[in-house]
Amino acid sequence: MGIIKTENLTFEYIRRDDEGNVEGITTAVDDVSLDIQAGDFVAILGHNGSGKSTFAKHLNALVAPTEGTVWVDGMDTKEEEHTLDIRQTSGMVFQNPDNQIICTLVEEEVGFGPENIGVPTDEIWECVEKSLKAVGMYRFRKASPNKLSGGQKQRVAIAGIVAMKPKCIVLDEPTAMLDPSGRKDVINILHALNKQENVTIILITHYMEEVIDADHVFVMDEGKVVMEGTPRQIFTQVDKMKELHLDVPQVTEVAYELRMKGLPINQGVLTNAELIAELKRIQG
Amino acid sequence: MSIIADHINYTYEIGTGFERQAIKDISFVIEDGEFIGLIGHTGSGKSTLIQHLNGLVKATSGTVYYNGQDIYDKDYDLKTLRSKVGLVFQYPEHQLFETDIFKDVCFGPKNLGLPKMEVELRAFEALRMVGLEENLYYQSPFDLSGGQKRRVAIAGVLAMKPEVLILDEPTAGLDPKGRDDILECLRYLKEETGMTIILVSHSMEDVAKYVNRIMVMNDGVLMYDDTPKNIFTHYRELEEIGLAAPQVTYIMNDLKNAGFDVNTGAITVDEAVESIMASVR
Amino acid sequence: MLRDITIGQYYQTESVIHKLDPRVKLMGTLVFIISLFLGKSVWIYLGATIFLAVVIKLSNVPLKFILKGLKAVVLLIVLSAAFNLFLTDGRVLVHFWIFTITAEGLYQAVFMVIRLIYLIMGSSLMTLTTTPNHLTDGLEKGLGFLKKIKVPVHEISMMMSIALRFIPILIEETDKIMKAQLARGADFENGNILKRAKAMIPVLVPLFISAFRRANELAMAMEARCYHGDEGRTKMKPLKYQKRDRIAYISMFGYLAVLIALNVWMSGRII
Repeated sequence: MGIIKTENLTFEYIRRDDEGNVEGITTAVDDVSLDIQAGDFVAILGHNGSGKSTFAKHLNALVAPTEGTVWVDGMDTKEEEHTLDIRQTSGMVFQNPDNQIICTLVEEEVGFGPENIGVPTDEIWECVEKSLKAVGMYRFRKASPNKLSGGQKQRVAIAGIVAMKPKCIVLDEPTAMLDPSGRKDVINILHALNKQENVTIILITHYMEEVIDADHVFVMDEGKVVMEGTPRQIFTQVDKMKELHLDVPQVTEVAYELRMKGLPINQGVLTNAELIAELKRIQG
Repeated sequence: MSIIADHINYTYEIGTGFERQAIKDISFVIEDGEFIGLIGHTGSGKSTLIQHLNGLVKATSGTVYYNGQDIYDKDYDLKTLRSKVGLVFQYPEHQLFETDIFKDVCFGPKNLGLPKMEVELRAFEALRMVGLEENLYYQSPFDLSGGQKRRVAIAGVLAMKPEVLILDEPTAGLDPKGRDDILECLRYLKEETGMTIILVSHSMEDVAKYVNRIMVMNDGVLMYDDTPKNIFTHYRELEEIGLAAPQVTYIMNDLKNAGFDVNTGAITVDEAVESIMASVR
Repeated sequence: MLRDITIGQYYQTESVIHKLDPRVKLMGTLVFIISLFLGKSVWIYLGATIFLAVVIKLSNVPLKFILKGLKAVVLLIVLSAAFNLFLTDGRVLVHFWIFTITAEGLYQAVFMVIRLIYLIMGSSLMTLTTTPNHLTDGLEKGLGFLKKIKVPVHEISMMMSIALRFIPILIEETDKIMKAQLARGADFENGNILKRAKAMIPVLVPLFISAFRRANELAMAMEARCYHGDEGRTKMKPLKYQKRDRIAYISMFGYLAVLIALNVWMSGRII
């Protein structure tokens, strides 16, 4: 069993109209079974409303499954005595940087999680220093989060999770509200945490360029996992991705269009260098 | 018929010790019917700049002329200007407040003091232009998806029948489908009404595909003001200020360096494919 | 306009006042407020002025910044001054139409204005030099004895601290929404009070919706980070009195003693 395992996970909620009458049942997550290995960098792609955020909340015991089971590091999320351990094991970063920062000083914000799990004072300071250095925000430790850019706030939020020493971090569209440079910083930090600290990363996003360096990709649509594989396996299915209203890298799209126009280019071009190699091969 | 910015400067919070110059000596002319991309990283001053164009922010020095008139003249009617230069803010869905979508879109034209008939006609027209399904018109705006809400908010500005439409990062936070819907809606608007559109964005791919002129801002200064093709030849300088050219520019430059005779000025996938096909034949 | 509100804001700088234990600052604020209500002698107010001036000087917060906070309550100050000015009986100084200004009224009004201004300056000085978290820590610990009678001191102080953090964010948001509605032709400046109040609906509705959305998301983010009340919770910055805190206590009680003595000597009464 990997660090995160779900079996037939289903989540339904009841829609009500203004008077509180039941309008219908929406299945947000539909029979998802997957197994994520410790130390992996996993991406979950899907457009808005595909159920990926609801799925993410299950991994942190913020939501309990209607049917099926979720295990985080072997702990069943339905068993309440594990809730705090689960939340410490798989930390969660949300989309809006403003709405997840609780304290008014960067260092206090990072210390909030360790305080909650009862870490002794001296150790909290150590954790905070280490975590802030890991995300490159140490020199802002005395600053107010309100004065930071979106990308910097998101890095502080990540530090706040790292300070709890989780084995796994789940990020729900952490870059959706950031500009390109902030986005790049956040993704680079996630890869560094994954490589250096061996933290499992589960990145939920709809930006395909953030997915290219992942170990494994799941694509969700209407609550189901509809595609699964390495980024190369996913992005070469240009037709299917377009059908799901998702982007592919422009170089893959160029290669795909060239193939459609009759050039014998192999499938699976993900980088500029690969495109050049293919074109050279064709020219002979 | 145009917008002219004449050496405008803007400084924040004068006299508080937190002074910061957000706009530094910017001048430009925007002609009727242009589709402009305004690019810059967060804090480069682009949001402040667009608020000058409809008089929400007054320049510390310099002047803005709309259709030849100085908007800082004492008897100039700013309210009319705001209906002529429509401004859609970032995350505009956060300004929706009415119980149903149609009423919300009526808010703008109603503020102009138009007769009820005209107000409703305009609201219908605006909702049609953003492509919202008619069965949704009388539903609560809060039940819509993110992309739909945003189109309603844009309709709220369109209903004022602006001659110029400025949108501050209209695709921020949307998924690829929501983003494409909004951009296609802008393209349609452009073709249908011929209005001037200024699109503030930090996505080069979005901008490259649609606009015919790009203005690049950095640290309060207007750094470049040119056609997309010419702008993206400066891709190294763009990287230095935290921006990037579209991925296609990089593909074409890499191909050129690898000895292929391709057009490095291609900025969309279609142009790239065409140029590569021509070079390998 | 909305950016002028400094009440509840924190001013980031280094100073001995910033470093003081929040319990000391809370007590200091209380002492200062008491001293303002001691009497109406010029000497008392001179004493309070000196005390306030010394603390402001020590705090390194620019006076301008503190005074800016008064703008938000100018109406309150003017109203209470007017009430005192026109509604106090006594020796008539001026009389016109239905207004009568008496010497006592003038005297009352001046003291009321000074008292209010000092009160606001004193309490905003506390929030300006104390991070909300620190402040709530102080409240939590200072009022900790109330836990014994089941008052949820921790929860209340946590709520206060979050409210304080979100004040600047909501102010900024109000600004943004107002601008967005102005761009749609809204008019907040003309018309009578009723019309203007109605004009605020397009601002207030989105603001409330956004506040609820934020509250929801924040609650979830707190839960995700294992927040579960103060049971088993440790502190990153536990409160411990230092030498400077003791000095501060001695100084503030010295100040109060001097003022009381002064008051007794001047008027023969303690208060």
